[in-house]
Amino acid sequence: MSGMTPIVKVVARIVGGFVFLFGCYVILYGHLSPGGGFAGGAVLAAGFMLLRLAFGTTAKQEKSTSISSSVFESTGGLMFLLIAILGLFVGGYFFANLFPSFGTPGLLVSAGSIPLANIAIAIKVGAAVISVFVLLASTKYIFKE
Amino acid sequence: MKIFPVLLIAIPLGAAFLVPICFKIWRRLAEIITGLAVAAVLALSVYLALFLPAGQPLVYLFGNWPIPIGIMFVVDKLSAFMLVVVAILVFLSYVYATKYMDHFTGPGKFYTLYLLMLVGMLGVVMTGDLFNMFVFMEIAAIASYALVAFGTEPEELEAGFKYMVMGEIASLMILLAIAFIYAGTGTLNLADLSQAFAVMDKTPGFYFVLVLLVFGFSLKAALAPFISWLPDAHPAAPAPVSALLSGVLVKVLGIYALARVIFNVYGFSRASDPLVLNVFVILGLASIVIGGLLALRQKDYKRLLADSTLSQVGYIVLALGIGNEFALIGALAHILSHALGKGLLFLTAGAVEYRVGERDLTKFSGGLGKQMPWTSLSYNLGALSVAGMPPFLGFFSKLFIILGAVQAGMIIPAVVAGLFAVVTLGYLLKITNKVFWGKEGVKGIKEAPFVMVLAMVCLVALLLGGGVFFFWLKPNLLQPAADVLLQGVKYAEIVFRIGAGG
Amino acid sequence: MIVLVISLALFLVGLYAIITKRNMIKVAIGFSLMEYAVNFLLAIVGFRPGALPPILKAVEVGKVYADPLPQALVLTSIVIGLGVTAFLLALALRLYNRIGSFDLEEIQRLKG
Repeated sequence: MSGMTPIVKVVARIVGGFVFLFGCYVILYGHLSPGGGFAGGAVLAAGFMLLRLAFGTTAKQEKSTSISSSVFESTGGLMFLLIAILGLFVGGYFFANLFPSFGTPGLLVSAGSIPLANIAIAIKVGAAVISVFVLLASTKYIFKE
Repeated sequence: MKIFPVLLIAIPLGAAFLVPICFKIWRRLAEIITGLAVAAVLALSVYLALFLPAGQPLVYLFGNWPIPIGIMFVVDKLSAFMLVVVAILVFLSYVYATKYMDHFTGPGKFYTLYLLMLVGMLGVVMTGDLFNMFVFMEIAAIASYALVAFGTEPEELEAGFKYMVMGEIASLMILLAIAFIYAGTGTLNLADLSQAFAVMDKTPGFYFVLVLLVFGFSLKAALAPFISWLPDAHPAAPAPVSALLSGVLVKVLGIYALARVIFNVYGFSRASDPLVLNVFVILGLASIVIGGLLALRQKDYKRLLADSTLSQVGYIVLALGIGNEFALIGALAHILSHALGKGLLFLTAGAVEYRVGERDLTKFSGGLGKQMPWTSLSYNLGALSVAGMPPFLGFFSKLFIILGAVQAGMIIPAVVAGLFAVVTLGYLLKITNKVFWGKEGVKGIKEAPFVMVLAMVCLVALLLGGGVFFFWLKPNLLQPAADVLLQGVKYAEIVFRIGAGG
Repeated sequence: MIVLVISLALFLVGLYAIITKRNMIKVAIGFSLMEYAVNFLLAIVGFRPGALPPILKAVEVGKVYADPLPQALVLTSIVIGLGVTAFLLALALRLYNRIGSFDLEEIQRLKG
């Protein structure tokens, strides 16, 4: 599998980094501006898809991606659940804010446990979208068998 | 007890995320984790059902936001009753699945989906927020679509596709109704909504939203005009999942949500709005008749049971429509007895398929009763209970529904309900006749593996015990749950009082 | 009112596609249309003329903020929609692999 033409490869190589950077921005500033874990995770996954489509894959790669993305997905879910359960111990309520008066409102370091939850969601969503993509893309290999 | 609602969601959800990781390490570890989670859910919900005081629901506010703002869980006696029904059947079909799923590839994915479906059902039962209910409903529904198509044979994929199309149309109808409700009232909290609806003008828009909701929930419950998907979808799933789909999923997603919205949020009762409740009487009767007649001419073991589910769900909806105390107790008892009974029958279908590899009734030559005595006994006793024969639980549930109909002066529904109890026995005995009775046909068939028999025998014991101890069950479990439905919009007052105090 | 009519019309277009189309991919597109119609309606419910985004740095008196709840609802229903669409397409592709057609009538095995 050699992927697409050199033009696409060169452009994808340049754009890919920016897409990843933008995804990270959307995740980290999720509590201050529109966006957040879901949107940012989807952007990260889109960057991954761009590179995959441009450079092509083999059946073996798809298999290993699908395994690791399912592990990442579970990890993200567990992190989110952990944040919620920690709220039970810290604030006495499920989903209670872990750091109620930490940082300055309006700056990056603020909003208590929301940014942490955003990161957990981003891992989960990014991995989930990637695994959906890999699953749909790899049906062509199943077909060949 | 205060944090039980959270634990009921957090334990199976955490287990669902752990299973794919553990499965990579050691195959049995995933099974053990699932088992622990399911057992914990069973223990918590039995404790809640037994020791939750009546009229004192648990109100859990997430993040401690005051009532109309945050999301909350409300566990009253009705929720606790439904929790027990779900937990018992999920636990026993898990016990069954540990052996049965050896047939299939990828049990890691199976247990993840299984736990997610459990999370969805528990969430629907406990939540006190309409949108939250929708979200949990979708979690349970999407997991069930995947479980129906789990075998990946063309028939199973097609059944999954059909089921998904119908289920998603229903979900989108409910979501549309939620959008209109939010536009009209500015709140989605069930208790708050109940008070907002009470002072609202009864415009055509109000009834349009009601119709959308009822349409959505009836599609999920496979009531009379919307039945086409159920006899395809439920038999296509692996047997333990079929038992869950027919036993509890239809009731939680359809019947429970419908009852909660109709009785506690809209506050309809037989005295104030007979017209609305008569719609349910008609839908219920139509389901009873159509489901029963479909089952009579059915030639496939599992499809026959699925058709019978249509008919039995009709009984529950009929009883909700009658809406007096007897009928509501009957409806709840029928939820329990049908969950256990139909779950049991699907498990026997799985056991026969596991050993014989056949579901088509015309291909059986009978005589399995001698080779699989426990399965045969379980099937026959379960069939007697579903048909409503004493001393099983099914007898009392149908008795109370018919008593309720007579008390409300509805003679025709009472007669139809009684008549179709006999029809039920007729079509269920067809399987006994073709599969279990008679001389030994095929040689060399053994009894089902031990854990599968264990799960089936436990269900039989529960059905028999429920019948024998029905007069303990009624005041302790059924009556308080029926009172929640009968209290109507007083639900909101109680929730606000408890929520402010706690 | 116009918004209501537009979103209901879009909803019905989606429903029409699901009911009449035989191609599974088109059915999935119909679902997306219905999904968008409801999301559109939900998003518009929270709209207020001249409102600011509902991110409060400090309480500012006299300013109108958009209703944040419908935005949360829309986001959630988009997530659900993603799951549903992905699973529908996965089912359709699996069926295509098995039978070699996206046509629902050619696929039909189950009867009654």
